[in-house]
Amino acid sequence: MNEETREDIKLVEDVTQTDYKWGFVSDIEADEFPKGLNEDIIRKISKIKNEPEWMTEWRLKAYKHWLTMEEPDWAKVNYEKVDYQDLIYFSAPKKKPELESLDEVDPELLKTFEKLGIPLEEQKKLAGVAVDAVFDSVSVATTFRETLAEKGIIFCPISEAIINHPDLVKKYLGSVVPQTDNFFAALNSAVFSDGSFVYIPKGVRCPMELSTYFRINAENTGQFERTLIIADEGSYVSYLEGCTAPMRDENQLHAAVVELIVLDDAEIKYSTVQNWYPGDKEGKGGIYNFVTKRGICKGKNSKISWTQVETGSAVTWKYPGCILLGDNSVGEFYSVAVTNNFQQADTGTKMVHIGKNTKSTIISKGISAGKSNNSYRGLVKVNKNAENARNFSQCDSMLMGNKCGAHTFPYLEIENNSATVEHEATTSKVGEDQIFYLNQRGISTEDAVNMIVNGFCKEVFNELPMEFAIEAQKLLAISLEGSVG
Amino acid sequence: MKNRIDNQKWYVDNFNLFKSSNKNVFSTLSNKAIEKFKTLEFPTKKDEEWKYININPLLKNNFLPSSLSANSSVNLETIEEYTLDNLDVYRFVFVNGIFNSELSTGLDFGKDIIAGSLSNLLNKNDTRLEKLFDIKNKLQKDNNIFNLLNTAFLHDGFLLYLPKGTIIDKPFHVINISTGNNKLLNQPHNLIHLESNSKAEIIFEYVSEKATEHFTNIVTEISVDENANLNVYKIQNESPNAFHIENSNILQKNSSVVKHFSLSFGALITRNNINAELDGENVENNLYGLYLGNKNQQIDNHTFIEHIKPNSNSNELYKGILDDDAKGIFSGKILVQKEAQKTNAFQSNKSVLLSNKAISDSKPQLEIYADDVKCSHGATVGKLDQEALFYIRSRGVPLELARSMLIRAFIDDVVKEISIEQLREKINHTIFQHLKRVEF
Repeated sequence: MNEETREDIKLVEDVTQTDYKWGFVSDIEADEFPKGLNEDIIRKISKIKNEPEWMTEWRLKAYKHWLTMEEPDWAKVNYEKVDYQDLIYFSAPKKKPELESLDEVDPELLKTFEKLGIPLEEQKKLAGVAVDAVFDSVSVATTFRETLAEKGIIFCPISEAIINHPDLVKKYLGSVVPQTDNFFAALNSAVFSDGSFVYIPKGVRCPMELSTYFRINAENTGQFERTLIIADEGSYVSYLEGCTAPMRDENQLHAAVVELIVLDDAEIKYSTVQNWYPGDKEGKGGIYNFVTKRGICKGKNSKISWTQVETGSAVTWKYPGCILLGDNSVGEFYSVAVTNNFQQADTGTKMVHIGKNTKSTIISKGISAGKSNNSYRGLVKVNKNAENARNFSQCDSMLMGNKCGAHTFPYLEIENNSATVEHEATTSKVGEDQIFYLNQRGISTEDAVNMIVNGFCKEVFNELPMEFAIEAQKLLAISLEGSVG
Repeated sequence: MKNRIDNQKWYVDNFNLFKSSNKNVFSTLSNKAIEKFKTLEFPTKKDEEWKYININPLLKNNFLPSSLSANSSVNLETIEEYTLDNLDVYRFVFVNGIFNSELSTGLDFGKDIIAGSLSNLLNKNDTRLEKLFDIKNKLQKDNNIFNLLNTAFLHDGFLLYLPKGTIIDKPFHVINISTGNNKLLNQPHNLIHLESNSKAEIIFEYVSEKATEHFTNIVTEISVDENANLNVYKIQNESPNAFHIENSNILQKNSSVVKHFSLSFGALITRNNINAELDGENVENNLYGLYLGNKNQQIDNHTFIEHIKPNSNSNELYKGILDDDAKGIFSGKILVQKEAQKTNAFQSNKSVLLSNKAISDSKPQLEIYADDVKCSHGATVGKLDQEALFYIRSRGVPLELARSMLIRAFIDDVVKEISIEQLREKINHTIFQHLKRVEF
């Protein structure tokens, strides 16, 4: 038996598990705030985190603006509106160990990570991945910091960065996604609990893939992560983000903000596997995922590459974008979005060409099954002075069954005649002849569909780091299970 | 903001004048339309469907509905400029949206076929009108303010009704000419109904006698029954100061074939809406468009194709050439309903920017609820292929001519689909004339 068939068998085994695999609740006591949102709550969050005065003011400014905003409703999704006064805006595990070695970590917590398939110990030794694990809202474990520190790389929770590196934070926080950007970004700016901060100094190539595992845990807690990554001149970093959440009946809100800043000749590769609880087969429960992700290619020859595999969440609303400001900068977006049962996804990207000779590529694969709706919504904008801009977009959709929907809403705004912009989209289904071919070779229909779908998404999976690609394949199989026949 | 409200009030006030003179069967419909018109507002850039076009210049003017102004006419020679060489047609001329029988030719079709002026039939109180115009259900889901403005002042337009199995031997050439110095609002309301197995070809031409400022607001309703076949060529070459809006609705039944061309050259601001409802199996729908913009023209084409039943095909190709500060907009949507399995739907929008100040905004959209379909859309924007240009020039062709050759090649995908040879030639000519480039 060769490696590939073994992998296939593994895949089939995984498929046979019926329920949401990552659905469990670990009981760690959580430090909780009363429900609701007002200035006092924001001051309290800020105080608990020992934030300096400027940060508190920054949050309050965002909050005041948020009060004037209305929740947007242009996306092609329907959901029960969130009562923002019925949420708890801060929750942190009670035990907050300052990490020196893994022994100090709460054994309960370690077990959780093991269930998630990311034993810190193993990852440290074998995979060479430094993990900044965010458990609910406060970072409790940061590894490999010393190795990274030797190179001058800063990789820490953003709450620490605010205290230890205020100059960098002040300079860049909100520079790509301002507090006033949109409803959810404003809310996040006001109440964000924690997240990752990465700074790669000039000319440094980050020796390992940086990774954060997010996990929503305490009941009724909206998660407001804030990630800020800065790649200084000539540097490179690959950042992974993966998410799982325990099974729960009530809808949970997740409104994260990610900001990327890339200076001259630098590159950031940002990969996401998102597998939050999508709700059950009747469409009950599930996470609301309203995320603002944006990167700016500030310098010449800079590059941002977004790769995402979106299989979870009841409602996904997410448009990772690139502002191509520097000359010769490059933006890429690779996405696989899978929806099943009653899931709804409205996702895509924004590529804004400002500098000369800027290039962008968009590859988006949408798969809808069950009674779900899956939309691609993207913008390619070429500004007046963006000479020789180049864009290629391809958005393919696949439908399984006639109760689901697949939609494409691209926007092309071209103001410079030296630009070349191409957009292509197709919609199709899994070919009957393809399934027949595989059936004939003794492969069940469900597995055949999995194989075909995996092939359909290959272009995007190829962009993921190895370990992530395997996880993504499994997730795809689990997400689509029961959607055939 | 004030402009908009004043402008709206202006039309409502004029309606009261219009009402007293209007005593035909449609007065109830007109009243209904104006009531709905009052409840709506003119769109702004905040409306998703109007986000790229700036219609403020249009709303700054108070246009006088032409039915309230003195009758005007044009010389026969002026009209004959628009005739196509050696092409025999039935010619219908509308001056400021009002039928002029003296300028028209070949009006006698026998009593079963209705072809000609809507106003004539209105005044005769022909009972067939009720059937043609589904008055009861009309306007129920209509929320387009320009559509309502047209219906409120419903007065005249081109009417065509072909009974079962009628095949018309020559094309209809419907010339709408705007004239006079007043700022007039011309609102033709065209109504076309082809019963099963009938066939027709119509050329709608919208032109202006002088470079006047006027507003042409058209509604065209097309209904094509089983196995019927219709070609529509709409040529818009109005004054560079004119405003032009058309709302077309196309309803197709089983095995019908429609080819619709929208060819836009003139007007300062142009907005074409085409809604095609494919309510039948084996329907074939082809929408072709050409839009040529220069100076500060804005041309906005919106199409919406809805596949309701299985086994139908739609094919859409819109091409634009934009020079100077012109802005070209394309927004196309294909909706495939759950029952519409085995649908083939293709949509393509391509535009060329000849100047570095021209703008192209494109929004090709798919909304699909059936799984066994083949749908695709594509959009490209760019300038003329520099390598092709070099290739042609290296063979001794002057730069300007080489450019024209490439323009000709670019638009040919649309032009070659026109089945009337004389019209093809005319369009080719108009393109180079409009772009002020060497003809090829």
